[in-house]
Amino acid sequence: MPDRESSTLWGRLIALPVDSTPKTIFVAVTLCLFCSMIVAFAAVNLRPIQVYNKALDKKVNILQVAGLYKEGVDVGAVFSSFEPRIVDMRTGKFTDAIDIASFDERAAAKDPGMSSELQEDPASIGRKPNFTTVYLLKNKDGSLDKIILPIYGYGLWSTLYGFIALEENGNDIYGLQFYDHAETPGLGAEVDNPRWKAQWQGKKLRDEAGNLMIQVAKVAKVKEHHIDALAGATLTSDGVDNLVKFWMGKSGFAAFISNLKAGAA
Amino acid sequence: MAVTSSLQVALVMSIAVIAVCGFSSMSISFLRNYIPSSIRIIVQMVIIASLVILVDQILKAFAFEISKTLSVFVGLIITNCIVMGRAEAFAMKNPPLASFLDGIGNGLGYGLLLMLVGVVRELFGSGSLFGITILESVNNGGWYVPNGLLLLPPSAFFIIGLLIWAARTWKPAQVEEREFKIQVVEEH
Repeated sequence: MPDRESSTLWGRLIALPVDSTPKTIFVAVTLCLFCSMIVAFAAVNLRPIQVYNKALDKKVNILQVAGLYKEGVDVGAVFSSFEPRIVDMRTGKFTDAIDIASFDERAAAKDPGMSSELQEDPASIGRKPNFTTVYLLKNKDGSLDKIILPIYGYGLWSTLYGFIALEENGNDIYGLQFYDHAETPGLGAEVDNPRWKAQWQGKKLRDEAGNLMIQVAKVAKVKEHHIDALAGATLTSDGVDNLVKFWMGKSGFAAFISNLKAGAA
Repeated sequence: MAVTSSLQVALVMSIAVIAVCGFSSMSISFLRNYIPSSIRIIVQMVIIASLVILVDQILKAFAFEISKTLSVFVGLIITNCIVMGRAEAFAMKNPPLASFLDGIGNGLGYGLLLMLVGVVRELFGSGSLFGITILESVNNGGWYVPNGLLLLPPSAFFIIGLLIWAARTWKPAQVEEREFKIQVVEEH
């Protein structure tokens, strides 16, 4: 005999055996809802701390690529010796049209009003931003020491975001480092390997004639322009090769670097 | 296996597994009378996966450096057989507290093994423990030549193989019976 509670829909559901189809669906839906709520709650609440960590990590990477990072150093204080400036990529000159504090690089690179579509796109980034932030490291007397330029491009699975540090002549590489990517751990992710990164130091972007010669490849053509490709990570290496060539080339920072050298930036 | 090349990372991974194992066993045990048997594996997976995402998010917020080293391996806790094995074998039939303790215990065992492998790999692979130099390496002007193999993933399997050998020699009861016998060919 059905009891009184079972007259409602809820009561009838509760009374069903656990293995019945409606109850199975009910349990599945409730559980999924509940779990997604917990995950969403954690993700939303921890976001500010994660964003702060990411920003700090980016600064640490800028320090590392410039060779200024040591364990336990006050990142904020050392970072203040850098002068961040926004460069208009179309003219290769500094611009003050954009507020640097609120400038969101990744959003701007996707914004049709702030970027242009690429016809030739070796780095597979789709759109080229009109504005990017560069970091100038000055000597005590105010002369330029190093230039830190942001670079990014597609590897095998992911877009690699990083920095390249150039000496004041704009041709000698001081370092290269990626701070965000999702390449295969142990293979492509070896772009983070200190020994691989150390190869970049002292390499030259261009030859005497001004041709862009830098390359990541298995076989060295010219030693002072050659970086050994990563074993087992051909596509990631090719991606790095492409993105460095793109950003250092004429559609990248070439104009800015020559302007900077001529003092016309 | 991939996370044991340094002790610090192995420790964080162990804590993550212990937490996931304990809490997933507990939650599954709470729900054990309401889980339809036809979807019980999926239900267990959903609970474990949610907990793993939670752990991953917390690591990203409070231990950013380590979470970068752990990368995908935190996510792979979901597929860790111990977590699901305990959920299926123990938590589905036992009360929450017992299941929680069972999960913690199993996690601890896993953690102990990770740490053992980590000690060997970090000590002989890079001459340090928890990042503190114990054996000064030749590169830094010391005498110790680090064993590069120990920094690579396969070395973990060698160490585990040796550990199993040691355990079975110590306690012969652990030796599994052969699944088949090699047939002796009769002479005619």
